[in-house]
Amino acid sequence: MSSHSDLHFDVSYVSKLARIALLPSEINEFQKQLDRVLEHVNQISSLNLENVEPTAHAHPVFNVIRPDEPQAGLPKDQALANAPRQISGLFAVPRVIE
Amino acid sequence: MEIVNLTLYELRQKIRDGELSVCEVLEALGERIAATDSTVGAYLDYNIERALSEARNVDLSLPLGGLPIAIKDNINVKGELCTCASKILTGYRAPYDATAIARLKSAGAIPFGRLNMDEFAMGSSTENSAYQLTRNPWDPSRIPGGSSGGSAASVAARSAFAALGSDTGGSIRQPAAHCGCVGLKPSYGRVSRYGLVAFASSLDQIGPLARSVRDCALLLSVIAGHDPADSTSLDAPVPDYTANLREDLRGIRLGIPKEYFSEGIDSHVRSCIETALQHCKELGAEIVEISLPHTPYAISTYYIIAPAEASANLARFDGVRYGYRTANPADISELYFNTRAEGFGSEVKRRIILGTYVLSSGYYDAYYLRAQKVRTLIRRDFEQAFQSVDAIVCPTSPEPAFPIGERTSDPLKMYLSDIFTISANLAGICAISVPCGFAQINGKKLPVGLQFLCNFLEEQKLLSIANAYEVTTPWSRQSPPI
Repeated sequence: MSSHSDLHFDVSYVSKLARIALLPSEINEFQKQLDRVLEHVNQISSLNLENVEPTAHAHPVFNVIRPDEPQAGLPKDQALANAPRQISGLFAVPRVIE
Repeated sequence: MEIVNLTLYELRQKIRDGELSVCEVLEALGERIAATDSTVGAYLDYNIERALSEARNVDLSLPLGGLPIAIKDNINVKGELCTCASKILTGYRAPYDATAIARLKSAGAIPFGRLNMDEFAMGSSTENSAYQLTRNPWDPSRIPGGSSGGSAASVAARSAFAALGSDTGGSIRQPAAHCGCVGLKPSYGRVSRYGLVAFASSLDQIGPLARSVRDCALLLSVIAGHDPADSTSLDAPVPDYTANLREDLRGIRLGIPKEYFSEGIDSHVRSCIETALQHCKELGAEIVEISLPHTPYAISTYYIIAPAEASANLARFDGVRYGYRTANPADISELYFNTRAEGFGSEVKRRIILGTYVLSSGYYDAYYLRAQKVRTLIRRDFEQAFQSVDAIVCPTSPEPAFPIGERTSDPLKMYLSDIFTISANLAGICAISVPCGFAQINGKKLPVGLQFLCNFLEEQKLLSIANAYEVTTPWSRQSPPI
């Protein structure tokens, strides 16, 4: 079992994983606030969880299938209706491949 | 009696009897919103004119024929804006109806307004809305609760007869308690989540807020049921939840979790709950002490699992397909980073960071996987408890509504106030908050909520027990001074 005291939480690094550009003031603020939250949630490290199965859903249902029948999807104009930018019926983004 | 004071059930009866027309109802509602909402701020927008035109074609014999229902702004209503009170969804128009909305419409109901909330349903006070503050109708200097604060405040202020909300960790029940209305969180899978903007998918449920238990039962009977579009929705029969609602509690065993009453409950709330328990005894209930030993770990478990799921769900807001996009990004990476930085508010960013961390390589086992195992223990606590009791009873919130601004800089303190509501989401069971009295603070009456919890899919029993309490006490029929 790993000890939580080894765990290193760095808001600046995690914000890059999460694709959010944080201001230095936000990094400082979140670091302080979330350090306290993590200190609190670390209490679960004291529980003995040997042989306890994890719960992903409170009442799991398995292998939910439906008949494989073609159905109409969202029409293209509706799917694009909320796009911040579109060009000839496509979502437009800055050039990705040079 | 004023039209806006009627319950949904009474309103339906008067419309069916021809005593009231839907037009009269909508006009009275429009006047009430105009008179109260500049103070309360429950609505992001509403459209009585369009509701009036829809009302012309409505079949009044349908279960909700002609009844106006207000909707939390994270539930898609086709053609309407749906912003989740976030800047990142500015201008987003729902391309389809959520299943719960489609069911309301098929039953004759008229969705007519969008209600304020904490951004993406993350919060306990509705202070995290990117658009406006919502105030508690009982004391406008205080929060209405959250995240369905607009839903609860509108129902309490008589500016909605009933509303839909969503509950991931108490977001229907806690604001219902703070505003003095009834709020129901159905069992996980009872109501389809299709068209509800996802926050934490293993915990989210849509549910009703209304002025009586019977009204919640009426709405649940319509919105519950299996939906092929949500594979977690349950294929279990939907009874008429309004049938056979009891008015006594003879033969009912109510469990009081000793862990919930140990400490940290405001003295006003404690005294209201003690009086309520005495009343339940007088109605014939037997009250026994039970134990939910893993209660002290519930908040920790929730604040690992919910942010983890949120960080994954909110990855879709990247400025490419819908919603807000940053101006003139230099490249695709800047488009993602700046869109999300500018589009999300602080609490949403905090939870995405926390969730990303607990799922990241090297930390997953220590946090997320452990939390999922503790979730199993919490679920087992309830399974054990329901072997000996019909329902569990406790406060909905440890305190009455707090002043606006008091906790915005202290997220942990905000999180800790969810102690009595989050376990029901972790265990997937159903729970309801009903008004049980008032705390008198600074000359203001602040509502207190009593929570009943029943086992998975036992909504019928839950509503029946809550109804017996509600109809034999005066609390749900009190109107705020606004």
